[in-house]
This record gives sequence, structure tokens and C-alpha cells, in this order.
Amino acid sequence: MTAGAAGPRVAPYDVARVRGEFPILAQRVHGQPLVYLDNAATTQKPRAVLDALRTYYETANANVHRGVHTLSERATAGFEGARQTVARFLHAAEPREIIFTRNATEGVNLVAQTFGRQRVGAGDEVLVTAMEHHSNIVPWQMLCESAGARLRVVPIDDEGALRMDELRRLIGPRTKIVAVSQLSNALGTINPVAEIIAIAHEAGAAVLVDGAQAAYHMPVDVQALDCDFYVCTGHKLYGPTGIGVLYGKAAHLEAMPPYQGGGDMIASVTFEKTTYNVIPAKFEAGTPNIAGAIGLAAGLDYMTAIGMDRIQAHEQELLEYGTAALAAVPGLRLIGTAPRKASILSFVIDGIHPHDIGTIVDREGVAIRTGHHCAQPVMERFGVPATARASLALYNTREDIDRLVASLHTVHEVFG
Amino acid sequence: MSELNELYQQMILDHNRRPRNFRAIEAPSRVQEGYNPLCGDRLTLYVTLDGDIVADVAFQGSGCAISKASASLMTEALKGKRVDEARALFDRFHRMITTPPDQPVEDLGKLSVLAGVREFPTRVKCASLAWHTMKTAVADETAGPVTTE
Repeated sequence: MTAGAAGPRVAPYDVARVRGEFPILAQRVHGQPLVYLDNAATTQKPRAVLDALRTYYETANANVHRGVHTLSERATAGFEGARQTVARFLHAAEPREIIFTRNATEGVNLVAQTFGRQRVGAGDEVLVTAMEHHSNIVPWQMLCESAGARLRVVPIDDEGALRMDELRRLIGPRTKIVAVSQLSNALGTINPVAEIIAIAHEAGAAVLVDGAQAAYHMPVDVQALDCDFYVCTGHKLYGPTGIGVLYGKAAHLEAMPPYQGGGDMIASVTFEKTTYNVIPAKFEAGTPNIAGAIGLAAGLDYMTAIGMDRIQAHEQELLEYGTAALAAVPGLRLIGTAPRKASILSFVIDGIHPHDIGTIVDREGVAIRTGHHCAQPVMERFGVPATARASLALYNTREDIDRLVASLHTVHEVFG
Repeated sequence: MSELNELYQQMILDHNRRPRNFRAIEAPSRVQEGYNPLCGDRLTLYVTLDGDIVADVAFQGSGCAISKASASLMTEALKGKRVDEARALFDRFHRMITTPPDQPVEDLGKLSVLAGVREFPTRVKCASLAWHTMKTAVADETAGPVTTE
């Protein structure tokens, strides 16, 4: 093949080099080289993120939006620069549409308790799906309970794909909000969110997309999706814990009441009346997680430098390899086999509880998650108390999958 | 592997595969639910008391090998014991599975196969679920469902 026919020349994905940038991956666990396959819970951090945190605290630490001194200016520039990076990463129209939160969960709660309280009244409906994480169920239940509204649930099929026919049937004039994950943490299902958003908008409903799992696996364009809100969390985006992102359309954010009161979110305060600040400050009461935002931006820059398309292609290839490899393990059944999937291999093995699987593979240096994955309704749907889950990230390799499979053979040996 | 073999001994695997007293008791003196939210293990414990003697004890539920085997072995150990002896056995068992692995523990007969759980701190709750449930079941006043949290 000539270079011309192949288009612009792209270097092959150098996973060894990528791994070299993650210090934690170099260690041994129980005497074995660590295989980290619990990325859906949290990802490991590249040196670029660790360095950004250290540099911030060593050279720029101060409070933001306050002092006129040099360090405060540096801290503010870093924090607001991070907001611009997030806006670019999610393809938001403007940085002021980006609100920093603690995590994705806080983003959902913020929307439920502000936009939700404005929009949802007695007899109205909020629509979620049967594959949501508890964080995209409970805030809506709380809202519905206080508003006298009804929470309705779009079912999934036996493969773990969303029943779009049911979704169309359930969306109606009473539906005010649709809350849906872009990528299921328990099943790996990719939902057709653009199509869902179009259907919801037609019915006059707003849509919140939970991108906690999706945002580190695939390119995200909130304007192309036309979602009203998008939430994600820093610690899965190769950034630190304690920092999350809420994207909201500026018109919504401007019309919403504040979520929390305090410093930074005000324009002026007297004991008679407080005037609120403009967005995004209106939703960021108190000193924010400045270092967290800067670390998150470093994580996003790291992914962007590699290229989200290339990350997605690498992980997809691994997912296919892993799906075939696991299928060959005796007694193993994959939970979640939707046609459109990413990064998640959730499974059970006949007669062996996932918790026992998790303990045994850990002794071989393989880290996976076992349990209900904060998605108990999904477990109920598939009639299992729990699953074992291997989840992939940009630094995983075929060797990681092979080590997982070998450790599952050990599970069989132990259980005879 | 040695610590794994210590944890998953034949007796534990056997009680996991064929749990003893794995049934409901009709009209028991006490019924108590137990739940481990970490892994979703659930069990229902049934106790029939004859005076202050545990005349019959059985369980149902789903869980990992450690929690199932622990419940199964517990039912065997409790039958015929006085309630105060059952409570004392809870304390002795709990001490055995929470003593650091480098320190000696009391020999509790067949129950000692569960001492291997000490090497696996995340699994101590699995081994203790049935026991916490039993302790509540034979307490004077029974409360709501027991969790290991």
C-alpha cells in the first residue's frame, strides 16, 4: 500500500510507550506484574497529570478570583484555562457552559435540584433507562418524590441494548426530562444518544447525558448531540478524584436558580438581598477544586495528544480480542452483548461467585471489579446477584487480557 | 497460591457446593435477614428454640463461597447449643477471623478452616455475615435486617 492511498501517515499506536507514562503500572501485586482492568471504576494517572498537580502547588497555589497578587492571578489563569480545555474537549460552544463539580454524581444532583425543580411538577414524568448507574437514578427519584412526579424506566433487551421502541412509547407530553447514560458502566452498551435527544426534543423534554463512562472512550461533541446537559468525572478522564464537569446549554444555566449559596457565586450581598453572579460562577459556590481542575485539564490534554479516535480504535480492538478470549473460558457467560459496545467485559462463571473470582485473580496480580457496579436494577434484569467486570483503558494490552484469562483458569483450578 | 489454598480449603468448597441446613424452617422461633451491601450477599436465617436450646437452625440465600460455607458450618456448630453458648461462639469466631494473621488463634474445630480469611481483609465480612445475623436472631429483641456495614 502506498502512503498516498492510506491518507495521512499516522504512527502506529505505541502502547508500550503509553504504559511507560503511567508510573503505577510498573509495580508488582502479590509478586506478579500488575494488570489493571478496573478502569470503569477509576483510571490510573499519567505523569503529565501528576506533574501538573505538583507544578501547580509548587509554583501557583493561591485562591482564585480574589487576590490581585501574582500567585492568585496564576491560579485563576490555570483554573479558567482548565475550563477552556474542558469546553474544547466536549466541544461546548463557550467555556461559561462548563461548571466544575465534585464528580458526575454532583452534576446530576445539581440539574435535578435546580432545572428539575423548575421544570418538573405534579403529574409530570422523568424518564431514565434500566441500565443507569445509581447516580443517574436516585437524584431523579428524589426529585420525583418531592414534585409528585413519576419516574419511568425504559427497559433493555436480553443483550443489554436499550429498547428504542419502548423509549418512543414512553416519551410523551408529560415527559419533562430524559436522563440517559451514553455508555453503560455495567454492560458496556453504547446508547444512541443523538437519536434519543432528537426524540425527546420533539416531545419537548430536556435531556441529561451521563458521560461518566463514555467521555474517556470516545470523542464527545455536546453541540452535535444537542444535549441539554452532559456530566462526566475527572478521575475517569485520567485526572484526579474530586473534580467533575457539568456541561449545560447557556440558556438553561442562566435561567436556573443557584444550587448552593456562598462565596464566588454572588455579585453583591446585603442582608436584605443577594444578587447572584453570572454563569459559570453562579454554580460554583466556595473555593473550588483548583488543582483538580488543572489536573483534569492535563488528563484531557494527554488524551487529545494521543487522539480520541486512536484511543477508541485501540480499545475497540482489545474489546473484540477480549470478548473472543473470554468466550473460550469454560462456564463463562458475558453479561452485556449489545451490538454497539465499548470497553466493558462483564461476566459470570457457572457455580462460582464473582467475589471469589475477584479474590483469586487479584492474587495473580489482576485487578477487576466484582459486585453490582452501583447498578442493582441491571443485576436484577439479568438475574444475577453480581458480576465480575474487566474494563479497558488506553494503556491495556492483549497481554493483559491473556493474563486475565490465565487467572480465570486458576479460578477453575481452585474450585476444582 | 498457598494463601489461596488456605482460604479455599476442600471443606469450604464442599460446604459451598453442598451447604448443610440449606432450607427454610416453617414456623421458626426467630427469622433474621442478613445483607452484605459490598457484594450483595443475602441470607435468611431460621432458628427454632426449645427453651434456651437451639433445637434447629437453617438458612437460605445467595452469596460467595466464603459466606455460604461459613453459614453452613455455623448451622452445624449451633445445633444443640444453649443461646448463651451461641453468643459466646460468635465472639470466639469473630476473634478468630479478625486476629492478625501473624498471631495465634484459638482452635475452633471445623470452624477453624475459616481462619484463612484473615489473609484477605476484604473477605472478613463474607465470613462474618451469617454470624452477625445469628447474633441478632438470638438477641432478646430483634431489630431490622442486619448488614455488615
